[in-house]
Amino acid sequence: MKKILAGLTLAAVSTFAWTINGTGATFPYPVYKQWIKGFYQETGNKVNYTGTGSGTGIKEVAKRHVDFGGSDKPLSPNTLKQAKLYQFPTVVGGIALGYNLPGVKNLKLSEAAIEGIALGTIQYWDNPVIVKYNPNEKLPHKKIIFVHRSDKSGTTFNFTYYLSKMSSIWRKYYGAKKMINWPTDEQGRGVAGKGNFGVSAAIKTNPYSIGYVDYADALKNNLNMAELQGRDAKFYAPTPKNFSEGAKFAGFDAKKDFFKVIAYPRHGYPIIAATFILVPAEKKDNDKKVTTFFNYAYDHDEVASKLGYVPLPSNVKAMVRKYWEEKGISPK
Amino acid sequence: METLFKRLSEISASTILLILLAIFVVLYIQAKPAIEKYGLHFLVESKWGVSVDKNNTPNVVKEKVNNTSTIQDDTLDEDLADDSLDEDIAIEDDDALAAAGVEKNTQNSDVVYGGLIPIVGTILSTLIAMIFAVPIAMGIAIFLSEIAPPFIAKPVGIAIELLAAIPSIIYGMWGLFYFGPFISKIVGGSSVNLLVAGLVLGIMIIPFMASLTRDSMKTTPNVLKESAYAMGATKFEVIKDVIFPYAKQGIIGSMILALGRALGETMAVAFVIGGVFNFPHKLTDPTVSIPVVLANNFAESSGLSLAALFYLALILFVISFIVISFAKFYFLRDKK
Repeated sequence: MKKILAGLTLAAVSTFAWTINGTGATFPYPVYKQWIKGFYQETGNKVNYTGTGSGTGIKEVAKRHVDFGGSDKPLSPNTLKQAKLYQFPTVVGGIALGYNLPGVKNLKLSEAAIEGIALGTIQYWDNPVIVKYNPNEKLPHKKIIFVHRSDKSGTTFNFTYYLSKMSSIWRKYYGAKKMINWPTDEQGRGVAGKGNFGVSAAIKTNPYSIGYVDYADALKNNLNMAELQGRDAKFYAPTPKNFSEGAKFAGFDAKKDFFKVIAYPRHGYPIIAATFILVPAEKKDNDKKVTTFFNYAYDHDEVASKLGYVPLPSNVKAMVRKYWEEKGISPK
Repeated sequence: METLFKRLSEISASTILLILLAIFVVLYIQAKPAIEKYGLHFLVESKWGVSVDKNNTPNVVKEKVNNTSTIQDDTLDEDLADDSLDEDIAIEDDDALAAAGVEKNTQNSDVVYGGLIPIVGTILSTLIAMIFAVPIAMGIAIFLSEIAPPFIAKPVGIAIELLAAIPSIIYGMWGLFYFGPFISKIVGGSSVNLLVAGLVLGIMIIPFMASLTRDSMKTTPNVLKESAYAMGATKFEVIKDVIFPYAKQGIIGSMILALGRALGETMAVAFVIGGVFNFPHKLTDPTVSIPVVLANNFAESSGLSLAALFYLALILFVISFIVISFAKFYFLRDKK
């Protein structure tokens, strides 16, 4: 009798509890891991996610090897249609400009300054374009060392995407890519690091350097981060508050499958990017499990905030839920 | 039993050949799109992943007109401007599209891949490593086999063998955080560059070379040494005129093996070489090497960029192969 009962409960558990598998972007991995843990404790359902990189995430879900793929790079509505995928954002992160300038603690960079530094037209720290907004700082007459990623990376793509949106000159000559031949390299002022932590290390060990790093990593490495001029000409420090202010004005659109690489919002910190989930369009039952999990995630913002991520603003969440409903993949 | 043993050893031996051949074939097949597209010109082309217009002018010089015309006017309605921007830029990321299995539309521009910079970087960093490591490794070997008393030679010998077993990533981290900044303080330049990469590589191969050289020096028969001493030769003369000529093959063999290791070293170099696609104009400029390019770009590449990486891998394979064959032929020639 006991055996039968035990067998029954086992059967009951295995029919109701399910497992889904996903792979992809490494950037949101820490927060997904926390959500997965909480979700399992609450519902008994298992979600497996491995951080393998956005490229792999897209590849694996396009081949239907996993139930969902994670990608820092959204696919355009056209591509989604061809690959038969749905797409929605999960959390937002920011890219900071970390710098190492002995004696300077509050660097402010205008759009013109960022553009000039990236293009290599501003070569010295005491260039009037930089001095203009930093009248109280002692900027040295030293060459600017520009630090960038040496590996192909989504962070580089997002940063160059921001540059392309902000500067038409950048866009014309360089565009947005995962790896770029930086103009500063040709001038002999370029240094590269492998991974976010390689860039952070290069900034720390090279005085008079500046480089782009994911906010969470810059925070971890105690880098000085510049205040950047937003699209409304105001200056924003890289803080979670300014990121979420930006996310509010990011202009996500459900009709375009939330396709938005870098927000460059009208207000708030200018360089923010969301990370996305891709699900196969034809596996609706499985997709419902995926959305059930992310629905849980949307209700647990505090987990994301604690780890340095920015939760989606409520208007975007509402949009995503409506998108699920339209596609017939609402949580069960 | 005897035949079984013979067959088994034959199978083991042929597995190696088979694996070698299989690697070569896989590399060749994967690299084929790039080989067909660029041919041997790949070896002398210094651009990597640069888009050029069909008429071969880099887009830095010549503007691409049709992509940008819609968004230059800032007075356009902001949302509209945003949208056209997103669509346009998305076209440029061929990797994501290829990953999703969607064909890229390539009408007006073409991407050029060339391996010259990583090839030069590989050779230069290996050369610096050898110049730095060979004298020191020889010194260690001579000290351990001829000069040091046994109670010192033994523990130092074990320590050197342990050094050879340290994973390369540890050398990389050490180079990135301590050695690189230290070198840049002395000779200037940035904290990660060609010189740092060469020196870290050199430090990595020293224990390897030293212990092999010591072993081959130790094979010198005592009779030879003693007779030289009996003739009144000094220690230096014995080492120079008796031990070195006797152990020559082993010493050169150890150098070539170390060279092979330096050529293919990936992780440590990836951290300290700088990862910049540029010819080093001076020793303290950052650059790249073949294994570094592979490690940095493999995970996120697909399509033609992946084929170009395989082409580079094939080139490294051939370079290593030539080095090892050179070593083999050297021994064969000398044994006669």
